[in-house]
Amino acid sequence: MLKRVHFPPGILPYLLVAPQVAITLVFFIWPAAQAIYQSFLLEDAFGLSTEFVWFENFVALAEDPIYLGSFGRTIVFSAAVAALSMSFALVLAGFADRVARAATTYRTLLIWPYAVAPVLAGALWVFMFNPTLGILPYFLEFMGIEWNHYLNGNQAMLLVIMAAAWKQVAYNFLFYLAAMQAIPRSVIEAAAIDGAGPFRRFADIIFPLISPTTFFLLVINVTYAFFDTFGIIHAITQGGPANATTILVYKVFNDGFVGLDLGGSAAQSVVLMILVIGLTVVQFRYIEKRVQY
Amino acid sequence: MVENRRWIDILTHVVLIVGIAIVALPIWITFVAASHDAVRMTQAPLPLLPGGHFWENFTATLFGSGLSGTEIAPVWRMLLNSLAMALMIAVGKIAISIISAFAIVYFRFPFRMGFFWLIFITLMLPVEVRILPTFEVVADLGMLNSYVGLSLPLIASATATFMFRQVFLTIPDELLESARVDGAGPLRFFWDILVPLSRTNIAALFVILFIYGWNQYLWPLLITTDTSMTTIVISIKQMLEAAEQTPQWNIIMMTALLAMLPPIVVVITMQKLFVKGLTETEK
Repeated sequence: MLKRVHFPPGILPYLLVAPQVAITLVFFIWPAAQAIYQSFLLEDAFGLSTEFVWFENFVALAEDPIYLGSFGRTIVFSAAVAALSMSFALVLAGFADRVARAATTYRTLLIWPYAVAPVLAGALWVFMFNPTLGILPYFLEFMGIEWNHYLNGNQAMLLVIMAAAWKQVAYNFLFYLAAMQAIPRSVIEAAAIDGAGPFRRFADIIFPLISPTTFFLLVINVTYAFFDTFGIIHAITQGGPANATTILVYKVFNDGFVGLDLGGSAAQSVVLMILVIGLTVVQFRYIEKRVQY
Repeated sequence: MVENRRWIDILTHVVLIVGIAIVALPIWITFVAASHDAVRMTQAPLPLLPGGHFWENFTATLFGSGLSGTEIAPVWRMLLNSLAMALMIAVGKIAISIISAFAIVYFRFPFRMGFFWLIFITLMLPVEVRILPTFEVVADLGMLNSYVGLSLPLIASATATFMFRQVFLTIPDELLESARVDGAGPLRFFWDILVPLSRTNIAALFVILFIYGWNQYLWPLLITTDTSMTTIVISIKQMLEAAEQTPQWNIIMMTALLAMLPPIVVVITMQKLFVKGLTETEK
C-alpha cells in the first residue's frame, strides 16, 4: 500500500487530514465514547442525579424480555429481508444474463428503487396495504384474507419485510448480474456441449461460481436490514402493534428519544456498535480473500 | 446464448417483465393516486388507472400550502432544503476525503497509520447506533435547525477515503517523479494531475452520495424542529400522521412522487456512473 516516492513531510499532510479527523473526533469518536460512558450510568426518574452502576444496564437488557424479543425479531426480519430480496434478484439476474443485449434495458428498469428513500418506500407500501382503502387488501379479501397490519403483528412484520426487501432488490440485482456476466463464456459453452440444459447450468455452474457474491450480498443485506430500515419501520408501523416490529435500531431511538431512558439506550447503542464492528470485520476479511483470486 | 430454444427465450422475457411489474407496482400506484382528486381517493376500491387531476395536484402540492390542517412548510421550500443538504453532504464528503486520501498516500509522516485507523472507525459507527450522544453534541454546538447541523455530522466518510486511496495507488509513481523533476509542489501535483485523473471516480461518487444525502431521514428528523428547515423526505411521515384524520392521499402521494423524483432521475440518467460508484465504494 506504499508509494515508492513521497513528498517531503511537513505541516501540509496534517492540514490535509485535519478536516476529516476533526469531524471524526467531534461527531463520531466523542459521541461513541459518550455512549459507552453513559451505558455505565443510571439516571433517576427526574434526571437529577446519576450513579455509576457498572454493567447493570447491560444486565437489565439481558434480562429484559422486550429487548430479547426485539433481538429475536431483528434476526427474523433481517434473515427474511435478505432471503426474499436476494432470491428475487438472483432469479431476475439469472434470466437477464441470458439476454445479453436486452440486459441493460432490463437493468435500467430494475435499478431505480435503490434511489427511493426508506421512509418513502414505507409510505408507498403502507398506502398500498391501507386496511380500509388500500388496493391489495381489497383483492386479498376475495381470497378470504382479512388484512389489517395495525392489529395483526404478523401481517405488520410481513409488510415491513416486503417494503425493505423491495428497496434492496435493485442493489442485489446489479451485483448478481455483474457477477454472472464476469463468468467466462467458455465454461458455459463447455457445459452446454456436454448436454447440460440452461437450468442445469445455472444450478451446477453459475450459482456455485457466484457464491462469493452471494456471501458478500448476504453481509450487505443483513447490515442494511439491521441499520438502514429505520425509516421503513417508522413510516409503516412505528414498531407496533405491541412491539411486533420493534427492531433494535428502532428500540434505541424509541427508548432514547421517546422513553428518555439514557442509560438503557446507551447500552443498546454499545451492543449495536459491537454488532456493526463484527459485521464490518466479516466483510473485510472476505474482501481480502476476494482480492487473492 | 449457447443454444436456441424458443420457449426459454419467451420464458426469460416473461419472467423479467413480471419482475419489473412487481418492482414498479408501488410507484405506479403512487402515480395513479397522485392523478386523482381528493374525493376519489376516499372511495374503495382505489383506482388502478391514472385520472385527470395530475397537474392540478402538482401545482397545488408544489406551490400551495401542502396538506390542509397541518403545519408543514411549503413543498418547494422542503425540496430546496433537501437539495441543499444533499449537495453539501456530497460535495463535503468528496472534498474532505480526497484531501485526506492524498495526504495518506503521498506523504510519509508520523501517525499516518493512526489517522488512517481513526478514519476507518467511522465506517463502524452509523448514525443510527449513536444517535442520542451525537444529538447532544450537535445541540451543545448550537447547530440545531441549520444546514451545517444537517450536513456536517454526516460528512466524515471512510468509504470515500478508501476509494480515493485505491484510485491514487493505481496511479503510476513515474507521474509523481516527473512532476517533481519539473518542479511541481504537492498542491500543484494534486490539482493538475490527481484531480483530473480521478474525475470519473469523483463523478461516480457524487451520484451515490447525492442519493445518500437526499434520502437521509433519522438525522434530519431529530435536529430540525423548525418547520422551515424540514426536508421533503421527513414531511412524508408528518403527512402520514395527518392522514389519519384527514386523508388527502392525492396530495400525500404527489409529495412522495416529488420527493423520490430527483434521486431517481439522477440514477437513471447517470446509470453508468451510478453502477461504477456502487461497485467501487463497496470494494
